[in-house]
Amino acid sequence: MKKTLLALSLGLGLAVSGVAQAKTLVFCSEGSPEGFNPSLYSAGTTFDASSQTIFNRLVQFEAGSTKVVPGLAESWTASADGLEYTFNLRKGVKYHTTKDFTPTRDFNADDILFTFNRMWKEDHPYHDVSGGDYKYFGWMSMGDLLKSIEKVDDYTVKFTLNYAEAPFVSNMAMDFASVLSAEYGDELAASGNKDDIDHKPVGTGPFVFKSYQKDAMIRYTAHDDYWGGRSNIDKLVFAITTDANVRYQKLKAGECHVMPYPNPADVAAMDKDPEINLLRQEGLNVGYLAFNTEKPPFDQKLVRQALNMAINKQSILDVVFKGAGSIAKNPIPPTIWSYNDDVKDYDYDPEKAKAMLAEAGVSGLKTNIWAMPVQRPYNPNARRMAELIQADWAKVGVEAEIVTFEWGEYLKRSKNGEHDTVLLGWTGDNGDPDNFMYVLLGCDAAKDGGNRARWCNEEFDSTLRQAKKVTDQAQRTTLYEKAQVIFKEEAPWVTIAHSVVFKPVRKEVTGFKVHPLGSHIFYDGVDLK
Amino acid sequence: MLKFLFKRLLVLVPVFFGVTLVAFGFIRVLPGDPVEVLAGERGVSAERHAELMTQLGLNEPLWQQYLNYIGDVLQGDLGTSLITNRPVAEEFFELFPATAELAICAILFAIILGIPAGIIAAVKRGTLIDQGIMGISLAGYSMPIFWWGLLLIILFSNTLNLTPVSGRLSFLFEVEPVTGFMLIDSFLSDEKGAFKSAMHHLVLPSVVLGTIPLAVIARQTRSAMLEVLSEDYVRTAKAKGLSPLRVIAIHALRNAMITVVTVIGLQVAVLLAGAILTETIFGWPGIGKWIIFSVFSRDYFAVQGGLLLIATSVMVVNLTVDLLYGLINPRILH
Repeated sequence: MKKTLLALSLGLGLAVSGVAQAKTLVFCSEGSPEGFNPSLYSAGTTFDASSQTIFNRLVQFEAGSTKVVPGLAESWTASADGLEYTFNLRKGVKYHTTKDFTPTRDFNADDILFTFNRMWKEDHPYHDVSGGDYKYFGWMSMGDLLKSIEKVDDYTVKFTLNYAEAPFVSNMAMDFASVLSAEYGDELAASGNKDDIDHKPVGTGPFVFKSYQKDAMIRYTAHDDYWGGRSNIDKLVFAITTDANVRYQKLKAGECHVMPYPNPADVAAMDKDPEINLLRQEGLNVGYLAFNTEKPPFDQKLVRQALNMAINKQSILDVVFKGAGSIAKNPIPPTIWSYNDDVKDYDYDPEKAKAMLAEAGVSGLKTNIWAMPVQRPYNPNARRMAELIQADWAKVGVEAEIVTFEWGEYLKRSKNGEHDTVLLGWTGDNGDPDNFMYVLLGCDAAKDGGNRARWCNEEFDSTLRQAKKVTDQAQRTTLYEKAQVIFKEEAPWVTIAHSVVFKPVRKEVTGFKVHPLGSHIFYDGVDLK
Repeated sequence: MLKFLFKRLLVLVPVFFGVTLVAFGFIRVLPGDPVEVLAGERGVSAERHAELMTQLGLNEPLWQQYLNYIGDVLQGDLGTSLITNRPVAEEFFELFPATAELAICAILFAIILGIPAGIIAAVKRGTLIDQGIMGISLAGYSMPIFWWGLLLIILFSNTLNLTPVSGRLSFLFEVEPVTGFMLIDSFLSDEKGAFKSAMHHLVLPSVVLGTIPLAVIARQTRSAMLEVLSEDYVRTAKAKGLSPLRVIAIHALRNAMITVVTVIGLQVAVLLAGAILTETIFGWPGIGKWIIFSVFSRDYFAVQGGLLLIATSVMVVNLTVDLLYGLINPRILH
């Protein structure tokens, strides 16, 4: 028995590491996708399994960067007033052939109309299918933004906007904008199986969906007629493994090639493992502590600045991030264009902080720090972080109580402004600075609660609004740099840290890049030795 | 026998309604509503929130929600998952065979080792063997499943390379799900080696999940056997000159089995609870992992539907155990 077991395990081991001819890449993904239509869902796990494998978008993010490059559109132009975008579509793009569907035509403008109208128009025959809740379409305010989408000809589509919104092109590269097949939709509608469009996906992407067993495995094969050239990987397997320790064991045993989200405690061992390449990159995120600027004394700039100075960020980085992070001084991470490196952060200076609090007339301040109940890349241990801040503030005479709630409750109450100070963070969606600053610090966000500081600064807000209107990136950069200066001076947040993302990959994998937006991409030069 | 069965089934009716109430109430007692959890940091506007709550029927008074739920359950509709938009029953029955297969293998492992161990400990009462078996079973009973599972993976999968780390089948095999039981499906498939792979994948999870029931069964068998072995009729049997094996196997064990079968029946709930951790460690696609994920994401309909189905399966097993008593000791039927 033992011999058989050994022979089999060796066989498996050889099969994984020696699949060089068959080229099967196994990705130990962290969970099951919610479904296979990225427009309906919001989890990165779902995007990895759908938009990054099966689908394409009009424009896409280049692997390993937030640069927008052509996708299903070969080129695009914007009108001078920033209200019209015309996309010239790629010709000869083939849809997948699956056991349920054989396409009779190539991709064209009808597919774009089908995809966007489904999300946008309530009377579209597919709008209500699978619950009809198009999360990112809503979050990116696409419903308000879009005025019309017109088919100019089979290979030209024009989007007209209600107001100028420079990040629009970046939005089109986001996962939710993945393009479906109108022909497949018509066929399913005719046979009364509309739901299948979201569970048995057909796209134009580098991999063809083959099968899915919930919580177990997803299988794909290379799309032979892919417009960007056939993938080097013949078969792609997602082996769903929710526990990070087990993912690491599987990676070591050669049962998978790439794993996401390692335990911070395992990172040092992975770095030393000769079988593993430990890739790393600064995450596109920011962890912060927001002051509720509607409540005194946090309505005073001087108090906010003083409390900024009272926090020892380096010790937070050492204790909470265990070195896997960098101190944040701006509300956007350094990987995003327009990051203003000239901004000077508040130095850790408890004495000066005390003096400033006295100057502001604040003494014996009693407040609270809300700590999130969940782990996030931008804050791996909010409770511990809150304890460190509590201790730092105690040194300047501020007594803070740590408060926490269940996650849904936490989000709801902090949105309603029940907190004095709250720990939270953000992971970018489209690599545009607007996606951090306007969403988290704009005046509109202060009204709807997304801006946890409830801070509405006219100068800051008008700078951001101006930056939305111009399409020239150099001009936008200047505006965002200015906004960061205002932000730092006004100090509505304590910017704490940006995390570092680690991606352990087996040595036989070549060309794999860590994507700043968090996606796992197995195309674009990924190969097995 | 039929009357007995009818009586037992009658008792299940109020139990079933009790379970629906608990399943319905449990998820609603937890703070945090599903729409907020689903939206995360990005949030959801008050209007959209209200719209979604109405769409889901969650803004109605609780009694109305419960009546709707019961009405749907009686028509066989357990609702649609908020996360995947798929029918809850469909998701459950897709995952249930994996849990059932694992639980059956774990309980078989526990019975096959536990009963003989208990008998040996009872017969060798007070000796080193007895103390050894009881010591090991106490250790097994106190074993934290998560730690135990990882330890076995590190030893058997990584150091000795004897078993796969996790999953139900190697990715090299593509087996079409027919029954959902991987052993059966892989046996039926044309894929050479798939059955062996499925067996190997079952070894560690079964051992981990079966460890606590094994300890319980061994200890209960021992005490039941000790009680029976001191009965007069056993002494008589011995005095008649029957062989010790015959006395233990035929006379003593049959009566001791009533307690043991009860304990085995009770282990079903233990197995389902243990499955949550075991399935997480071994990447086992079963209902334990699914229900926990559903609780965390406040998937109301998956939780209330899933709990109801789990409770129903426990009730079915308990009913089967009750019927087994009758077979072991016909007097109970009267």
